[in-house]
Amino acid sequence: MSTTTFEGAWADRVRRLTEARSVAILGIACGVLAFWLALPPWTTRSVVGPIAAGFIALACGIAAVPRGERKLGYYAIALGILGTIGAIWLQSKEQETLDSILTAGVLASTLRFATPLAFAAIGGIFSERSGVVNIGLEGMMLTGAFFGIWGSVWSGSWVVGLLMAMLFGGLLALIHAVFSIHLRADQIVSGFAVNFLALGLTGFLFSSIYPGGIHENVSRVPNVNLDFLSSIPVIGDFLEGVFGHLNLLVWIMFLVVILSYIVLFKTPIGLRIRSVGEHPRAADTVGISVYGVRYAAVVTSGVLAALGGAFLSIGFVGSFAENMTSGRGFIALAAVIFGKWRPGWAFAACLLFGFGFALAIPLQREAGISENLISTLPYLLTLVALVGLIGRSIPPAAVGRPYVKG
Amino acid sequence: MSSSAPPESPTATSTLQSYFATRIGGILVPLAATVLAFFIGGLVVLITGHNPLTAYKAIFEGTGLNWFFPWVTGEAREEAANDLQQTLILMTPLVLTGLAVAFAFRCGLFNIGGQGQYWVGFFAALYLGTRLEGTPRPLHVLICIVASLVAGAIWGGIAGLLKATVGAHEVITTIMLNWIAIFGGAYLVEIGGPLQGPQSSIPRSDDVLPSAELWPIWGSLPSLHAGIFIALFALVVYSILLNRTTLGFEVRAVGFNPEAARYGGISVARNYFLALAISGAFAGLAGSVDLLGFKGGVSTGDFATNLIAFTGIAVALLGRNKAVGILFAALLFASLEIGTSTRQLDPEVFEPALATDLATMIQALVIFFVGAELLIVYIWRARRFLSPQPRIQPELER
Repeated sequence: MSTTTFEGAWADRVRRLTEARSVAILGIACGVLAFWLALPPWTTRSVVGPIAAGFIALACGIAAVPRGERKLGYYAIALGILGTIGAIWLQSKEQETLDSILTAGVLASTLRFATPLAFAAIGGIFSERSGVVNIGLEGMMLTGAFFGIWGSVWSGSWVVGLLMAMLFGGLLALIHAVFSIHLRADQIVSGFAVNFLALGLTGFLFSSIYPGGIHENVSRVPNVNLDFLSSIPVIGDFLEGVFGHLNLLVWIMFLVVILSYIVLFKTPIGLRIRSVGEHPRAADTVGISVYGVRYAAVVTSGVLAALGGAFLSIGFVGSFAENMTSGRGFIALAAVIFGKWRPGWAFAACLLFGFGFALAIPLQREAGISENLISTLPYLLTLVALVGLIGRSIPPAAVGRPYVKG
Repeated sequence: MSSSAPPESPTATSTLQSYFATRIGGILVPLAATVLAFFIGGLVVLITGHNPLTAYKAIFEGTGLNWFFPWVTGEAREEAANDLQQTLILMTPLVLTGLAVAFAFRCGLFNIGGQGQYWVGFFAALYLGTRLEGTPRPLHVLICIVASLVAGAIWGGIAGLLKATVGAHEVITTIMLNWIAIFGGAYLVEIGGPLQGPQSSIPRSDDVLPSAELWPIWGSLPSLHAGIFIALFALVVYSILLNRTTLGFEVRAVGFNPEAARYGGISVARNYFLALAISGAFAGLAGSVDLLGFKGGVSTGDFATNLIAFTGIAVALLGRNKAVGILFAALLFASLEIGTSTRQLDPEVFEPALATDLATMIQALVIFFVGAELLIVYIWRARRFLSPQPRIQPELER
């Protein structure tokens, strides 16, 4: 049996096909296709084609830009958005119902779906940039969701709810930190155990504290009403529809994304975090406390992930259910890798996932496509995008390796 | 855990210590981890105002493991037999998903995708098990099982191929493949879905034909099925494949040290692919065995509640990726789940709703402590510091 099957010429061929440049070009092609689908000879009158093509264009663009193909990648992103909107606009001139698919409401719900993911993804970036893999994000989100609502019900104030979520998310992250930093456990195994622990613990507390469910009035994080937006000419109504009534936590999330970029890449703190994740020995030699930085980074990741979870329970719905995060932490983890461990791009990846989820409901309503089937789309795209990351998605060098003080 | 006595002092004590560390230590750490986890679980029970000993006793009796005690007779014995059948029914797929995780572990890969591979195997068997009417029974069963093996291998193989060719991390790809399988499966049996059964208002698949069902071997509500033999056979196959074949040697070599394996002329990429494909085959088999022996069909609601492959990860970790370890770990976790189920546990002793979550917590703690063997070693050493005579410490390396 040949042992060079994968490492030989064949792999080279795959590699060439999936270089950033090829991915970006594919994205541009898809962006054009998205618009073209609405024109002759196809003249499709279903939004599925253009949206899928536009989606792929976006994904390709987001994958290509951080990997060096800036110009082509941005073209792909722009064409993806414009092509899809253009195609839908063309169609909507004939068919009224199509208007309701790509509306301000869908964009607003894209942001709502992206918010918990973005919080967790930014948390994951902090942890992984410091060299600790955190697949416990899911559990930390779930903890945040439960303690958020618990604090809110107990005190009657959502502020306390958020603080409690952050506190207990941080504590859970601390457990992960102790196990993976001091006890040098396998970080993936420890993170996995964190997820199990959170699932059991929140379920246990939920059934013992609220045996018949939560009946009290839950104090929820308020929405920020920006009614003045509608007074802006031409695009005012649209802006108001998207940004006019967002939850406060969505705005905090925007802030967190920007701040985390500044902290990680423009401050000495960020330099320390990154140096510990790239070369802990060198960082240790110049007097940076490797353990200290890692502890801080992991706890930060827990606090942020818990905020994301709290958005689910007291920001979005005002209730709690066992395992209510249902895999969002893992999607955030994918966004971290997809976004190449950079806050801005991870956020873009979260938006992409959010868009996929936000589309599921209107697409089912308008086009009669199974919601379950559409729900596979974001995951499929991630897989496709991961293939596009060949050789270019380089994790922090020391990620996953326990550091032993020498 | 690899530990050895210092070579310069080949005394009887150190040889014994080395033997202890390599042989017994492999059993001791999981055992200590389990005891510690149950102890902390007991504290949690105590906090909620119940007696942990009574609760654990009730849970134990719910598992039916007391059937093995000769002094349990009469009606109690019959009840124990019924309970034990349920435990063993659950143990069967747990062994297989545990093997799926363990095989990848031995190649240095973390296969979180057991759940997706399980469902893909499940649906392959479901598709063929509800069709091919008139096929004689052993053949029909065989066709379904082979189909599930192939389907699972393909699903795992996708992740392996991506890892081998483009270096995509298997944790991410298998998670994505899980969700694709779950949502895809839900689509297949939802109302109006291609595999939806006869009742158009219920999102449930057809039941498999009687000719594709696995043979019942013990009891009747529901009965233990022949799948348990398949699981036991798979344990043997796993052990032989890993320890007695070239493939297994290469897989383990890559798992120990990919760089060294590469220098030794082993294709790391090829082994990544094969390891995940074989992993997937084990998980796919779990799906078909579960379907053909026990479940019969699937509803859309089953996807959220079925965490069999996630428990399989815990099984592999506790069982230390060894065949015998996996068998006992699967038995433990199956017992925990059955013993705390609503059907078995008396609410007077401990509310089942709480107990189910308690079981999850105990599982989490077991994984924590097995993962952090250093912790067990710390505790072990702390005990030694208390003892009057200091002894030589075997140096522990990861």
